[in-house]
Amino acid sequence: MSAADTHIQVRGLTMAYGSRVIMQGLDFGIARGGVTAIVGGSGCGKSTLLRHMIGLLEPAKGEILYNGESFTAAGTLRRAEMLRRFGVTYQQGALWSSMTLGENVALPLEQYTKLSAQDIRRIVQLKLALVGLAGFEDYAPSDISGGMRKRAALARALALDPEVLFFDEPSAGLDPISSRRLDELILQVRDSTGATIIIVTHELPSIYAIVDQCVFLDAETRTMAAVGSPAELRDNPPSDTIGRFFRRDAEEAQPA
Amino acid sequence: MQQAGTIETTLEDSGTVTLRLGGGFDMDAGCADSAAAEAMLAQGAKLLRYNADRLENWDSSLVAVLYELEKLAAAAGMPIDRSALPHRLAGLLAMAASIGNRAGDTAKICNGPISCLGAQTTEAWREMLRFLDFAGNTTLALVDLIRGRSKMRWRDFWAVLQNVSVEALPIVVLISFLVGVIIAFLGAVVLKKFGAEFAISYLIGYGILREMGAIMTGVIMAGRTGAAFAAQLGSMKVSEEIDALQTLGISPNEFLVLPRVVTLVLMMPLLTVFADLVGIFGGYLVAVSMMGVASGQFFIGLDFVAGLNDFALGLFKAMVFGVLIATSGCMKGMQCRASADAVGEAATKAVVLSITLIIFANTIIDWAAAHFNV
Repeated sequence: MSAADTHIQVRGLTMAYGSRVIMQGLDFGIARGGVTAIVGGSGCGKSTLLRHMIGLLEPAKGEILYNGESFTAAGTLRRAEMLRRFGVTYQQGALWSSMTLGENVALPLEQYTKLSAQDIRRIVQLKLALVGLAGFEDYAPSDISGGMRKRAALARALALDPEVLFFDEPSAGLDPISSRRLDELILQVRDSTGATIIIVTHELPSIYAIVDQCVFLDAETRTMAAVGSPAELRDNPPSDTIGRFFRRDAEEAQPA
Repeated sequence: MQQAGTIETTLEDSGTVTLRLGGGFDMDAGCADSAAAEAMLAQGAKLLRYNADRLENWDSSLVAVLYELEKLAAAAGMPIDRSALPHRLAGLLAMAASIGNRAGDTAKICNGPISCLGAQTTEAWREMLRFLDFAGNTTLALVDLIRGRSKMRWRDFWAVLQNVSVEALPIVVLISFLVGVIIAFLGAVVLKKFGAEFAISYLIGYGILREMGAIMTGVIMAGRTGAAFAAQLGSMKVSEEIDALQTLGISPNEFLVLPRVVTLVLMMPLLTVFADLVGIFGGYLVAVSMMGVASGQFFIGLDFVAGLNDFALGLFKAMVFGVLIATSGCMKGMQCRASADAVGEAATKAVVLSITLIIFANTIIDWAAAHFNV
């Protein structure tokens, strides 16, 4: 991978809660415009890594660079500017329940742009239409189904035309059909916006369907065990744990 | 800094509308002006085409405008040719145009003021029926408990008991003391005008024992405990804990509501006893220190007017208030919808409902007491 198309670089990252080290020695690059999955067993620190990448948690050691610029070392103002280029979809959607879907999508626009109310309304309509929720502006998050909430959360994440889109367990709590629809939507979003996409997941079907590159975190060794495409890691696993993760479940999940 | 993007529109004789996109489109510059294009689309064009030769950079501010124009075109049955657009821009427009969920799946509650008024009235009526239904179910659960067939959790019972008694006592004592003082001040102003300072003990005796002791305790407990009940049960509802009870065949009424209602009904009169004592003490302090009423005179006066029946009336009210507070709190909690702000809403509604009911009930009881000469 040449330096030019490396969008995100994680260097020597150690994550810790107080003195308890979650993961150490994480070193990997993420290509621009690709779909990268952070995978690993439950409780290995996948979501924690994501929270480090979006600045909700501070690294104990190491740094994270976007476009070659350190996010970790950036000052408050610079960091806010960088955050503007991120879109995050949280596990439960995290739509603000006291606002309508339209207001949810409008808030980032009101916060970061000087657009008129009329223009904001137009962009909100577009974003909701993009995720298949055209006409749902006035609905409350509690009035729609779980799958729709996930998609509405994606519309909010897309509000500011992000360069990087983060998904925390996008298919958690969704039925196979809704979860496949969401996978397709993620691919469509990547194709039409060119955003770099980072997904935390352990759903193998969805990993095989949409992911270009996996970063595998090993809970036992507390470090990154491998980086590679899902097929590569399945066929030539560098370790037993990884092989079991990608192969055994793969056989169960793909009967056809 | 490039200049703001423009959308030029041309209409050919064949009926083809061409949107010529030029320059850079940036959200910080606002959305491009599309009035001319809208007008032209309304003139019965037959085909919508793009020309993007001079298009530089773009973002959602352009896509949003084009999406609106395409919606107009699609509504007029006009075919749209996106072949000249950059690949991604065309992709986004195609994505937005693809059909997803249709709005209107969930019905709106009302349109127009009259139907809204009607909807609210029927809602108020249903709310009353629900309250009666809930109170009835709780009574049935209570009957079961008395007959020894109920599954009330006694550990819960003691925990709630402590919460609504000892832990509530300091605030009840403080407020009641101040209410006693306030009534005495009121008496000081009014009675002095008639030179009837000695009658202060009448006012305080009647006022505290019959009315303020129970009411203030009720209001405090509505704000403190009724809201807490609603929030506790509401968050249990949100996290599906109540559903889990029901699927096990355990009635949430017996398991959760009954301990709360029973403890509050038992503890409200006890709290009111404290409220009465402290309230009278507060009034006594003002009477003796500020109005120059002799200590002995105060108590003789008190004993002369206020009887056991006044005290009992207060305690009876307290029990009724206990039922109302616990029932409204629990009911609002159980009716809570499954979202985070619903819990706060449930707590608020519980307080409003229980205070309203307390005042109503107090009025009715006072009327009955006057009628039967209690």
